[in-house]
Amino acid sequence: MDGSSLYAGGFRDAPVDAAHAFRAAMTAMARPGDIRRIAGAAPPAPLSVAAGTLLLTLCDPETRVHLGGEADSDAVRQWLSFHTGAPLVDAAEADFALGSWADLMPLSRYRIGTPEYPDRSATLIVECETLENSGAVLSGPGIRDTACLLLPDVDALQGNAILYPLGCDFFFTCGDRVAALPRSTTIRVEG
Amino acid sequence: MSDYNFAYLDEQTKRMIRRAILKGLAVPGYQVPFASREMPMPYGWGTGGVQVSAATLTPEDRLKVIDQGADDTTNAVSIRKFFERTAGVATTEATQEATVIQTRHRIPEAELTEDQILVYQVPIPEPLRFLEPRETETRKMHSLQEYGLMHVKLYEDISQHGAISTAYAYPVRVADRYVMDPSPIPKFDNPKLEMAAVQLFGAGREQRIYAVPPYTRVVSLDFEDYPFEATKADHACDLCGAGDSYLDEVIMDDAGGRMFVCSDTDYCRTRREATA
Repeated sequence: MDGSSLYAGGFRDAPVDAAHAFRAAMTAMARPGDIRRIAGAAPPAPLSVAAGTLLLTLCDPETRVHLGGEADSDAVRQWLSFHTGAPLVDAAEADFALGSWADLMPLSRYRIGTPEYPDRSATLIVECETLENSGAVLSGPGIRDTACLLLPDVDALQGNAILYPLGCDFFFTCGDRVAALPRSTTIRVEG
Repeated sequence: MSDYNFAYLDEQTKRMIRRAILKGLAVPGYQVPFASREMPMPYGWGTGGVQVSAATLTPEDRLKVIDQGADDTTNAVSIRKFFERTAGVATTEATQEATVIQTRHRIPEAELTEDQILVYQVPIPEPLRFLEPRETETRKMHSLQEYGLMHVKLYEDISQHGAISTAYAYPVRVADRYVMDPSPIPKFDNPKLEMAAVQLFGAGREQRIYAVPPYTRVVSLDFEDYPFEATKADHACDLCGAGDSYLDEVIMDDAGGRMFVCSDTDYCRTRREATA
């Protein structure tokens, strides 16, 4: 990659762009299944705008990041290091992990928190081909009755929810859109 | 130096607070530790709430700040001015017009909507703290859902006073898991904790952030034979006549004169303007 793209693609106005991006991410996490627009970053391929924006909004030298599969390229590493300074680590140590669902699995590799500190768990940013309100039926905190979200692997995510209050939390990203699935959500298969 | 970063805090601090808020939303009612910063106001004046608001605000937001329901008290006015200056956000006293509401010890009377965020200032976030002073022990009690002690406390209320006399900071159970201190709101407000808006709680001195997502089940602890009661002064507001709002008792003279007025100043003003 050439030097110019390494330095490009950050927030234009960091405090304001990050504030907008965080509100989208927070609303998504507070309302599981809600799909929100999130933009501001222009990360190198194969990262989506949404995934890149989440990394710039939440990561810094204090957060350990794991890159999975195709996302673990020189271009992405250098871009992430330049813009966030986040150390890159293995899945078992990560605060944030980024990649496609297949590249990030198995889920058992990630930190799920401890009984006294359930917040010390990984947040997975999962790149998806599609993001739509169909498929699995969600209920629980943040959802009035039920919501629908197309999930990559219902069994694995139900297994994560059973660990509550331990477990991982998820952002699903596609283009400039994001949805979230915290561990507190109950997942049912339609039928 | 005349300029501040947007919303006062530096970006790395905001990221740290934002990560805590996200984990708080993922585990409703659980207290997430965070590295609270010194703010240009003393502890007890809402440093936790201010930090949460600073991490949440966008330039397009319209901020309302209340102190015990009132928009015009020192604490509310100074925090509103703080964000007018450091974030350049618009402010309002009208509950319906606000997108972010920072509150000290009240939930507004008007029902909040999905587009609003309610930020609480919290003095003591640990509901078990006065029963068990050691943090290591209260952590363990939460992890084991060992909440019997809290019921003993409420039972002692009944045995001494014939009723649950706890009137504010009344403990609740969130999403059937964590017992949470709803901050010192009157127990009259407890039923409103199940709402459409996002609720964020910030305790600056104690360095804790916690959250209740919209429509989350929030149950006030009680007993089958002594059910929870949302109480208020048995009176109507002497200014607007409202019979359903939480009231402040104001002493008028030294001859026993007193009046009851709505604690929510915006609610009271709106009602008086509607009938004027």
